[in-house]
Amino acid sequence: MELFMPLFIAVVLVFGLIKKVPIFDAFTDGARDGIKTMLSIAPTLVGLIVAVDMLKASGATDMLCGFISPAAKQLGFPEELVPMILLRPVSGGGSTALLTNIYKTCGPDSFAGICASILAGSTETTFYAIAVYYGSVGIKKVRHTLLAALSADFTAAVMAVVCAKLLIKI
Amino acid sequence: MMNLIFAAMIIIAVVCACVTGKGSELAQGVIDGAAESIQLLITMSGMMLLWSGIMEIARRGGFTAIIGRLLSPVLRRLFKKLPKDSKALCCISMNVSANLLGLGNAATPFGISAMKELKKLSPHSDKASDEMVLFVLINTASIQIMPTMVGTLRQIYGSREPFAILPGVWISSVCALAVGLTIAKLFCKNGGS
Repeated sequence: MELFMPLFIAVVLVFGLIKKVPIFDAFTDGARDGIKTMLSIAPTLVGLIVAVDMLKASGATDMLCGFISPAAKQLGFPEELVPMILLRPVSGGGSTALLTNIYKTCGPDSFAGICASILAGSTETTFYAIAVYYGSVGIKKVRHTLLAALSADFTAAVMAVVCAKLLIKI
Repeated sequence: MMNLIFAAMIIIAVVCACVTGKGSELAQGVIDGAAESIQLLITMSGMMLLWSGIMEIARRGGFTAIIGRLLSPVLRRLFKKLPKDSKALCCISMNVSANLLGLGNAATPFGISAMKELKKLSPHSDKASDEMVLFVLINTASIQIMPTMVGTLRQIYGSREPFAILPGVWISSVCALAVGLTIAKLFCKNGGS
């Protein structure tokens, strides 16, 4: 699995060579786009990481986790995951801030860390996508979109825990 | 919504710190958080730029078109009412392929064109059609082959195997999308097309 990333890159490069793509030009163009993305998430990330760090320093997250943990334990959810499940559909930056916080406190390879990684990788900022796409064509009545999208998010949260349990056993 | 969440997070933190007497920790938290967020962005940027560059090579080599061709039987079955060679179906396929490669910036313009095409085919002007709901659902689920952001963050925080989570991510997103689409199909006007 550790070779996945270099292999993936090599395959893309060979594929590009065969298709006669000007590889380095394409690379620099893409990377330029990447820096725009990074710049555009910077303000959100700064604001929300500060907010999450403040919540943590004030002891509020400990209180919240203490409050949630009995129910979370019953369901087999790591308690650190609960705030992230709640924030994930609303804010991409906010859930990234919570994700890094879990990595810092529990480690990326801990059970909570793996759950959070899978959750972050398998869900999107649901409300943002709905707003962008329906907003672009002036649709106001979204019918059952929200119900279906949030059920999908909930499924992803459950599956993240299930898959993390399986991955840790292997 | 974010206005409220942001304000609530900070106000709760300040009130809580006053009650628990953790004022100095809170002040330190503000300073550390601000510094740490920029540090994280800089560390992350290197890997994210590398990935954007690699994915752009994949896109120009026609990866998106290949994935689009592989996907077309699935998409055609999902969007049965759309004509086979319609522009709507073509935009949907480009959007989904770009999403699979994690090219969010490339996916959004295709997605918006797809919505415009779907609107032309819809009888209502302000109400979502069954097809629109399905399409937006696909975009609210993350269907990414390589979750580069998560992998990069895992690496930065010292994971031994940053991409070991991939099978879990794939299984979890497929299950989530399946549940979303099933619910959407149940709510279809004619009881599922």
